[in-house]
Amino acid sequence: MAGKPKLYYFNGRGRMESIRWLLAAAGIEFVEEFLETREQYEKLLQDGALLFQQVPMVEIDGMKMVQTRAILGYIAAKHNLYGKDLKERALIDMYVEGTRDLIDLIRVHHKFSPEEQEKNLALINERATARYFPVYEKVLKDHGTEFLVGNQLTWADVQLIEAILMVEEKVSTVLSKFPLLQDFKTRICNIPTIKKFLQPGSQRKPPPDESYVVTANRVFNRK
Amino acid sequence: MSGKPKLHYVNGRGRMESIRWLLAAAGVEFEEQFIETKEDLEKLLSDGLLLFQQVPMVEIDGMKMVQTRAILSYIAAKYNLYGKDLKERALIDMYVEGTTDLMGIIMYLPFQPPEAKEKNLALITDKATTRYFPVYEKVLKDQGQDYLVGNHFTWADVHLLEAILMVEEYKSDILSKFPLLQAFKGRISNIPTIKKFLQPGSQRKPPPDEKYIAQVKQIFNI
Repeated sequence: MAGKPKLYYFNGRGRMESIRWLLAAAGIEFVEEFLETREQYEKLLQDGALLFQQVPMVEIDGMKMVQTRAILGYIAAKHNLYGKDLKERALIDMYVEGTRDLIDLIRVHHKFSPEEQEKNLALINERATARYFPVYEKVLKDHGTEFLVGNQLTWADVQLIEAILMVEEKVSTVLSKFPLLQDFKTRICNIPTIKKFLQPGSQRKPPPDESYVVTANRVFNRK
Repeated sequence: MSGKPKLHYVNGRGRMESIRWLLAAAGVEFEEQFIETKEDLEKLLSDGLLLFQQVPMVEIDGMKMVQTRAILSYIAAKYNLYGKDLKERALIDMYVEGTTDLMGIIMYLPFQPPEAKEKNLALITDKATTRYFPVYEKVLKDQGQDYLVGNHFTWADVHLLEAILMVEEYKSDILSKFPLLQAFKGRISNIPTIKKFLQPGSQRKPPPDEKYIAQVKQIFNI
């Protein structure tokens, strides 16, 4: 037994990417088993390894954890990325739920037809610039510190940087009206563990392409 | 200021219902301000009270909390319904995410076109009896205890009871193959705070009706 967390998912971003980000930010090495065939998935099911028959699944500390939020919450708390008290935790929870909603818009983008993608792109841009980024810009402004919550890096910062970079892949100028978020982006990307994760050769996954879609459909028997 | 949490939502279940359940289970009295018109919602927005321009919003302990899961986690932790350590918390989070997914299917049901109704009912029944309830039945069996996690009452138990009752409203014999869940349902329903919440006149909301659906569509431009 390696002792390292083991991630079971496709070789792509999907719902697992936020977990990769958080482990990486915390400086935790992890291994991955990629789902490529239906048989692999069925074996996991038969072995009773997937509590609700779904991935992501992460083997960590003797548990087979499922449900993205549960896994993220566990990692954050274990590695001191969940704030120092209940109130900080409440803020972090609110902020990550917001970035989660934004990330989810992008996560499903590749599933849409070209016409739907055009609409979705407009929605992503609108939500990012009118609903979510103004909130985080204001938090940074009011807070006057380097991080969203308290005085140190938390899960909220990691998920925000993930969201920013994801939106920028679709709308490269999205931060043009958010100077504090631009500074935030630079700062957080320079944190050693995160800088490492952003380099080629890391376990960060690229945006979804055709083969990712094909693999997921095959594993899940989708038409 | 009364000191009681104040819930801002429409006068119906939706995403706020799990919060009502948890507060009630914890024995915490709360107030509600119902959004009845578009103007009510617009006032909340223009007053800057909704962090991401959405409800639920709960005024609690000097905060205007939004995001259902954030609110629920805060309440659970504050009122000692979140387990005793990180591992119990992990289990609770996993179980609650499962029941959230199940209740999520039901929550959207009234907003689906009528033609999809039968298909969706079949989906709920299928997911409840093959994906979710078997898991909780097994947890109770393996644990051999009254509760899902750690031999004490937690958020996971409250959420599961809420889910069971919600599915039963669609299919009254949904628990027929789950004897331990039947016993669980009886036990948890008899906890005094929950028993009280299940009585007529409590702040528990009824299932959505035509009028509620129309109101929600109108207020939120659906």
